[in-house]
Amino acid sequence: MTTSATMPQAASFGGRLKRFMADRPLIPLVILLVILVMILQILRPGIVNERWIANTAKFAIPLAILAGCQTMTMLTGGIDLSVGTVATMSAFIMATQIVNQDPAVAFVLAMLPAVLIGLVNGVGVGVFRVHPLIMTLGTSLIGTGFLQVYQRTVIASGARIPDFLNWLGTGLTYGFPNALFLFVPVAVLIVFTLNRTGFGRLLYAVGDNERAARLSGVRYWQVITALYVISSLLAGITGLLYIGLIKAPSLSLAEPLVLPSVAAAVIGGTSIFGGRGGYMGTIIGALILTVLTTLLTILHMPEGGRRILFGFIVLFVTAAYLRIIEDR
Amino acid sequence: MTRFLRNQGWVAGLLALLIFLFVVTRLIQPGYGSGDFGSLVRAVLPYAFAVAAQTVVVIAGGIDLSVAAMMALTSVTAASMMNGASEEYAFFVVPFVLAMGLVLGALNGLLIVVTRVPDIVVTLATLFVLQGAALLVLDAPGGAAAEWLKATVVGTMPIPGLPDWTDAWVPKALVLLVVCLFVVWLPLRRSRLGLSIYAIGSNELAAFRSGVPVARTRIFAYALSGLFAALGGLSLTISTGIGAPIPGPYLLASVAAVVLGGVALGGGKGGLLGPIIAVFVLRLVRTDLTLLAIDPNVTTIIEGAIMVAVVMFGAFITIRGRPAGATP
Repeated sequence: MTTSATMPQAASFGGRLKRFMADRPLIPLVILLVILVMILQILRPGIVNERWIANTAKFAIPLAILAGCQTMTMLTGGIDLSVGTVATMSAFIMATQIVNQDPAVAFVLAMLPAVLIGLVNGVGVGVFRVHPLIMTLGTSLIGTGFLQVYQRTVIASGARIPDFLNWLGTGLTYGFPNALFLFVPVAVLIVFTLNRTGFGRLLYAVGDNERAARLSGVRYWQVITALYVISSLLAGITGLLYIGLIKAPSLSLAEPLVLPSVAAAVIGGTSIFGGRGGYMGTIIGALILTVLTTLLTILHMPEGGRRILFGFIVLFVTAAYLRIIEDR
Repeated sequence: MTRFLRNQGWVAGLLALLIFLFVVTRLIQPGYGSGDFGSLVRAVLPYAFAVAAQTVVVIAGGIDLSVAAMMALTSVTAASMMNGASEEYAFFVVPFVLAMGLVLGALNGLLIVVTRVPDIVVTLATLFVLQGAALLVLDAPGGAAAEWLKATVVGTMPIPGLPDWTDAWVPKALVLLVVCLFVVWLPLRRSRLGLSIYAIGSNELAAFRSGVPVARTRIFAYALSGLFAALGGLSLTISTGIGAPIPGPYLLASVAAVVLGGVALGGGKGGLLGPIIAVFVLRLVRTDLTLLAIDPNVTTIIEGAIMVAVVMFGAFITIRGRPAGATP
């Protein structure tokens, strides 16, 4: 094949860079993050301080959890576009039910639609073999419809943000955002699940070669159904965290996070075709996107320009990873 | 020959379903007349073009997720160009917007061919880009449409030699739809290029080995899809009088109608007539639900559920149609 495969020492600089990127995707990502922060510091000297870092972390965490949903679904070759709707539903139901209900009951009610949507997604993708993109788009449309109907039944009772969500979303403990209390266990759990458990291995196996996984006895539909339910649950929890951060329940609360969550997972090195990637890269991807958003806001780039940029990032990074995989 | 019969059988069945739905509509609302039919066709117009756009790429063995975003971009471009401009200026706007759709669609195809990234990822990325561009053109619904353009979809078409009551059932919007779609589609289907589109959809390798220029044909299919999407965007601007930067649910609707219209999602099969009848069926169901005085938000849920069910059914048929043990 290529010379780089047989004689690594003779490989060109570009070839070595590619191999390096493929073997240690985290290092270039961290370098990119540092460069972005440095640009920010040059444009607005003094902006990078403790408060800014805490603030960046606060906004990066909901994005990172949603990107976790994308990472896990992408590992199987899927995608979950319903996370925005699920997060919005959970947040909205929580904020409106807390008015008359016990917090525990409100929490269960808020998680119910998340589980249901996850289940429908999982059955649609796993059993009926609908493309995940189309399936999750469809359930998010149905979910939005339900939310609109639901909204009219609670207009009279009003909405309130529970104190503990406020504390979780915006509070600081010794300069660290309280959201870390939620995020660190979630992140550890995701990384542990992906790297050290049988379920995690199944996700990689299914994404890498579905046929081989099936022939070795993997029950495809069970794996996929469990995966989409977990993804939806995570999205629901993110919604609760996000409402504590944004503090204004609306019917499109978490929609703006969907596109960046896909972009964060793709930047983090997770292949959209399945079988490659991990959650650590995604976390750094979410941080990069949050810093990038701050940078674009300082440069007065409108929302439209931001979307265009994110779209190009997804396309460019995917094409680049495809080249790396082809070279191996 | 049997395939021909089966395809025509599917279309005939759909037509019967449509007629059945019209009868049901008459039973629900005995006064349902030509005027209501006219407004049905006007509502169908953007959906029909979206479906046409999707059909072409699906036949070519791909999928275009950017259809709705393309419609939004062309719609706001047309609306903002015609805003405050003279009536004659619209003669320039229409070809400009159509050319824009054609070029952007071709760009979609070019990106797929050049980057070798799967179509679903590329068009997802262009969905983001086009949506962002639409927001840059107009950040809120606005703009205007020329009066003579609006007149092309309102009212009925007088046909010489036919009694007035027949004319009443021929809305201008229907004439516009038929002319725009079939003037492009019918000659194409008979041509070498049309055959190539079917060929790369049913077996790309076989098509390549028989000398079909696969890359060029694919780019052309996406360009045609862009042209149809631009027609859809224009029809949106014309029928509402403004342009809206946030796309409607046209993507899911287009995929559902393609499946319902008997076009296999794998490619290479089906025609344009089936999906167009399917759009009428889906819209008429919505009309019936509205006539039954069901809450419009509930209607959205039912409609979404029907579309998801149709897509699931289509996917199910596709796996059933494959030889046992084969994976997609």
